[in-house]
Amino acid sequence: MEAVLSTEKHALAGGHAHSESFIRHYIFSTDHKMIAKQFMFTAIFFLFIGGAFALFIRWQLAYPGQPIPLIGKLLPSTWVNGQGAVTAEWYTQLLTMHGTIMIFAVIIPLLVGTFGNFAIPLMIGADDMAFPFLNMVSFWLFPLAGIIMMSGFFMEGGMAAAGWTSYPPLSAIASTGQTLWIVALFLIGFSSILGGVNYITTILNMRAPGMKMFDMPMTVWAVFITAIIITIGTPVLASALSMLFMDNFLSTSFFMPAHLTVATRDMSRTAGGGQPLLWQHLFWFYSHPAVYIMILPGMGVVSDVLATFSRKPLYGYKAMVFAIIAIAFLGIIVWGHHMFQSGMNPLLGTTFMVSTMVIAVPSAIKTFNWLGTMWRGKMEFVTPMLNAVAFVSMFVIGGLSGIFMASTPVDVFIHDTYFIVGHIHYVLFGGSLFAIFAGLHYWFPKMSGRMYNERLGKLHFWITFISFNCTFFPMHILGIGGMMRRIYDPTVYDFLKPFQPMNEFITISAIVLGFAQFILVYNLLHSWFYGKKAKRNPWRANTLEWQAPSPPPHGNFDTELRVYRGPYEYSSPDSVQDYLPQTVSPEELQEQNERHRQRLAQQEHAQPVA
Amino acid sequence: MSTLATTQPRFTTGIYHGKLGMWVFLASEIMFFSGFFGAFIVLRNLNIEVFTASAHMLDKTVATINTAVLITSSLTMALAHLALERGEQSKFRLFLFITILCAFGFLGIKSYEYATKFGHHIYPWTNTFFATYFTMTGFHALHVIGGIIPMIWMLGKSLVKGYPQEMHHRVEVLGLYWHFVDLVWIFLFPTLYLIF
Repeated sequence: MEAVLSTEKHALAGGHAHSESFIRHYIFSTDHKMIAKQFMFTAIFFLFIGGAFALFIRWQLAYPGQPIPLIGKLLPSTWVNGQGAVTAEWYTQLLTMHGTIMIFAVIIPLLVGTFGNFAIPLMIGADDMAFPFLNMVSFWLFPLAGIIMMSGFFMEGGMAAAGWTSYPPLSAIASTGQTLWIVALFLIGFSSILGGVNYITTILNMRAPGMKMFDMPMTVWAVFITAIIITIGTPVLASALSMLFMDNFLSTSFFMPAHLTVATRDMSRTAGGGQPLLWQHLFWFYSHPAVYIMILPGMGVVSDVLATFSRKPLYGYKAMVFAIIAIAFLGIIVWGHHMFQSGMNPLLGTTFMVSTMVIAVPSAIKTFNWLGTMWRGKMEFVTPMLNAVAFVSMFVIGGLSGIFMASTPVDVFIHDTYFIVGHIHYVLFGGSLFAIFAGLHYWFPKMSGRMYNERLGKLHFWITFISFNCTFFPMHILGIGGMMRRIYDPTVYDFLKPFQPMNEFITISAIVLGFAQFILVYNLLHSWFYGKKAKRNPWRANTLEWQAPSPPPHGNFDTELRVYRGPYEYSSPDSVQDYLPQTVSPEELQEQNERHRQRLAQQEHAQPVA
Repeated sequence: MSTLATTQPRFTTGIYHGKLGMWVFLASEIMFFSGFFGAFIVLRNLNIEVFTASAHMLDKTVATINTAVLITSSLTMALAHLALERGEQSKFRLFLFITILCAFGFLGIKSYEYATKFGHHIYPWTNTFFATYFTMTGFHALHVIGGIIPMIWMLGKSLVKGYPQEMHHRVEVLGLYWHFVDLVWIFLFPTLYLIF
């Protein structure tokens, strides 16, 4: 007990010794925990912008041409018409910006930026990242890019409107908003690469003494593999964006076919001879792996959460690691399945179909191992666990609907319909975002030093989970019914008119879903200042971050760390407790067990008297 | 508990952070230029006549001189690192200075090439060959500039109070980057000037 007290005092002294100016501490911080929080709050801010855009889209689809309630009249005239209804021009901008923001400014910064930064040094027992300064640069490029992207609002023609995939020729001839979109994405890509380099170096070089690669928690493994994909994939997007920028800004012809005539733009300088499909190949060479950038860290977080709250070792740890590596590898060679309808050689399409289907194997390994982890476990259904279980089930639905799209004959029918919209949201919202919710609640005590409110956490989970399914499941039906993915007004087609009640149902669910997120923000912010003080290890988890004080001071740990075992020794027969932290040495363990045995013996001795 | 185990630098791989990080970064740089090379292959196959005719308009002599200049700078960069590792400050300064000189020489010759092209009314938008030519060499030139900046900083530091010998690993990391920039040019030179 005294030892614990003295180390805590030491931590306090250490914390004060490192006192920094406000700007160094809160704004231009090089501390990985502060950078993680900066990523988190910036990304949550963008989550609400992207979410608001989604609700405008949904309003237009359910009630086309009707004014947006309450705020329709207040919106600028470039967005809405005289009555306050969404215009077609703004609708395309909404679609583009919703996709771009949610992918590049919400999911990736939350999973990779927040959890990567927060968890890696703490989980491998390091004091900070390998390159703290680069880490700071990597964060600050992100809000800068966000501002550049959103500033398209002030330009003629508004924000980018060529879709988040920005296929040329449209994106190459589009207005200034599109140019800004390209620049912003380039910066975000650069930020990702800097982060990726930092993560890889940190994980390879800074693990605590005794920690082998196969002693790392799944979160660290997942972010490590993700960082490799980022370093390999993102630069290709950067070069593609460079070429698109040249086409857009300097009228070159990388992606521009010959003899293209456009009413709104002087094309006399454009020589032609380019290949629009080239963009699709380069773009998807990054953006398909990006799908895995957005799900693999989630899989890592969920693996840790499931093992902790099932009080059981992760089922098939090594298989889980190799499955992640397999998914990452396959993810890089399947980009062509986005282009089945773009005019691809059918034989090549078959190749991409087969390689895509193969991803089902490592994904199934992961799913069954998660189920195996929970199987007959002593489950504790706290908020992180609920969200993690939701992740597993939603990922299964998203994965299965992916197989429909992967098979070329079926894809002919459902390509570019609401089926793909439903699919991507089951993977990105049902998958990634639920994993994010799980991680946010799981590490909240470590991040803030306080406990979140469990009742609000559960309330948020249940409302989100139900309204999420009500929102996105019917989209599969709309898609099979033929509703197009980027349609502005479904009521102009007779064959889509019967679906209008379903569109209204989706929109109402989406509004509930959107507003439920305020519960999350309230819970996080309120608990951050007024929550119950958190102990060091509130979840009785094994991994290293729980050996640090909550919240960890600058430099993280106040004790010397040595790792003796893997991260998932729950309910181990070697220990009297149901968990066995990585740092407990065999001698300490023996002492603990001995003390426990003595206590039991005393109790037994005392009992006959009573 | 004066110093904590976790606050001491640890290099599990035996390679220090800077070097390891630079290797990873260079891997991503290779992918960056691969995108351009991929585009080059596709566009060349689509426009083989345009590419052949345009490539013959490039000045092979000037580019060969430029290649020699850049390779020399790579050599002097390596020598500069060696000199610093041995603690020979004046030699370090000299070799670093020659490296910077060569880097500026390369940029100067490149600008001359660009200027000649503009003089003949050849611009990036003239055709797909020149689009790839200007984009690829332009990004390469940006990388050269990216190398010159830390070099000048190091030279300035060594002129003021001598560059600390124990920080020679920084020069090594910069050297790695510089050799990569050189290597990219070794690929660009035959691709753009020689194969047609």
